[in-house]
Amino acid sequence: MKTVTPAAATGALLTVRGLEGWYGESHVLHGIDIDVRTGEVITLLGRNGAGKTTTLRAIIGILGKRAGSIVYDGVETIRMASRNIARLGIGYVPEERGIFASLTVHENLMLPPRVKPGGMSVAEIHTLFPNLKERAGSQGTKLSGGEQQMLAIGRILRTGAKLILLDEPTEGLAPVIVQQIGRTIQQLKAQGYTIILVEQNFRFAQTLADRHFVIEQGRVVDMIPNAELDANIDKLHAYLGV
Amino acid sequence: MTTIFGVPMQALFGQLLLGLINGSFYAILSLGLAIIFGLLNIINFAHGALYMMGAFVAWMLLTYVGLGYWWALGLAPLVVGAFGIVLERVLIARLYKLDHLYGLLLTFGLALIIQGLFRNQYGVSGLPYAIPTELSGGQRLPFMFLPNYRAWVVVASLTVCIATWLVIEKTKLGAYLRAATENPTLVQAFGVNVPLFLTLTYGFGVALAGFAGVLAAPIYSVNPNMGADIIIVVFAVVVIGGMGSIIGSVITGFTLGLVEGLTKVFYPEASATVIFVIMVLVLLVKPAGLFGRTA
Ligand SMILES: Nc1ncnc2c1ncn2[C@@H]1O[C@H](COP(=O)(O)OP(=O)(O)OP(=O)(O)O)[C@@H](O)[C@H]1O
Ligand SMILES: [Mg+2]
Repeated sequence: MKTVTPAAATGALLTVRGLEGWYGESHVLHGIDIDVRTGEVITLLGRNGAGKTTTLRAIIGILGKRAGSIVYDGVETIRMASRNIARLGIGYVPEERGIFASLTVHENLMLPPRVKPGGMSVAEIHTLFPNLKERAGSQGTKLSGGEQQMLAIGRILRTGAKLILLDEPTEGLAPVIVQQIGRTIQQLKAQGYTIILVEQNFRFAQTLADRHFVIEQGRVVDMIPNAELDANIDKLHAYLGV
Repeated sequence: MTTIFGVPMQALFGQLLLGLINGSFYAILSLGLAIIFGLLNIINFAHGALYMMGAFVAWMLLTYVGLGYWWALGLAPLVVGAFGIVLERVLIARLYKLDHLYGLLLTFGLALIIQGLFRNQYGVSGLPYAIPTELSGGQRLPFMFLPNYRAWVVVASLTVCIATWLVIEKTKLGAYLRAATENPTLVQAFGVNVPLFLTLTYGFGVALAGFAGVLAAPIYSVNPNMGADIIIVVFAVVVIGGMGSIIGSVITGFTLGLVEGLTKVFYPEASATVIFVIMVLVLLVKPAGLFGRTA
């Protein structure tokens, strides 16, 4: 049995303890424990259906039913509505990207309200992702998959959110775009953002993350510091079934 | 006398004008229904009753308070909108997670109650409401006499429809509305108070109905049944245009009013049913409606 530090004592920006989650009757998360320190990039690794997306959905508060404890910046959020959780400074980039078809690229970019001071300006976001500037007037969903991902990330950077939940940002994208997104995440980390990254490709994750949490069937079964990733590669292969 | 296909021009233009007037009401009412359905997923059967309520509020303002037409045009939508907000908060908001059918049943029941209350109080014979003096009289055009008030109804309705469309398509507020119509959960996860949006949208949608009711008061008499009569046609308009399509509801509203007018000229026997025949044809060919997105 692994010992778990109580939420109050970790000094972490986000502390998740005993998180359980349901879709209707089906019980999907069975006690997730994670903590993330300010400025850290952590990944959630795990097979398809392990519960990575569900964990992010639970953190941002859009999972129908959840229990346990999620403390962000000293505030217990387990009973809060998602709009209030977002307003604490958490930005969500969903797996399906969530670009709105009835909004232009620019409208998509401007949609999420500012939740904290210190968000990026539109000019800064355009420097980061020049394509978004060129295509500002296009319908959001007319963008390529990579551009939609940039838009999904860019619009969160405007809001001033300090913790960013990134769900498989590289899924299905060409290698050059994956590299660009990798560089962006590195840049964000250098600027002090805290990031929870869900990633299937742990080789990619290795270049960015400080620690890796392995999720299996709705539980965290292991935590591997990035420096120890290579030493644990066989174990990791077994976890991920690759 | 000039005729076209054997029909006197005067009769043709007269019916086209009537069609345009009816179309004005179809457009505002179906616009409200489309906005409400798009965002709230509620088929608002109470819409006709709230339109009737708008006309009654105008009549009451005049009769009990002495405030005339122009006051009513501003105040009645506010009163109806506020009433709608209460309905949404107290009753409708409980149904969002359920099937459309429940919202339809609830609002249908509300319509019956509201109409019943007014019928009890005011009977069914209808109360007169005079055309405001500024808009009495009319213009003699080459082929017809155009009453000023009727021209005003068309202009006012077009203006309100276009303004609403502009707000939805071109403003930040409209962007929230469009985004929340597509994916309310995600908009909420960005920190937006979506439930508040739903409430205000319902209030705005029914305020449009209240506005239409005031416009209608001087044309049709103020009658508890006026909403029930028109709402069935308006639902057909919404189905033809495509549930939830904003621009579709406006264009379809005006067009079908005109089609109805033309039918009265060329084949009067079908004028009461032509819209429903079109509805059936559209449903057969394009079930999502002319402007609807096929999901
Ligand atoms: N909307 C839903 N309704 C019911 N069950 C769901 C729903 N979404 C996911 N699940 C189930 O919950 C479990 C966890 O799914 P989740 O999406 O969190 O996995 P994941 O780790 O993100 O997988 P992937 O790598 O495929 O994205 C799976 O068994 C999945 O089938
Ligand atoms: Mg997932």
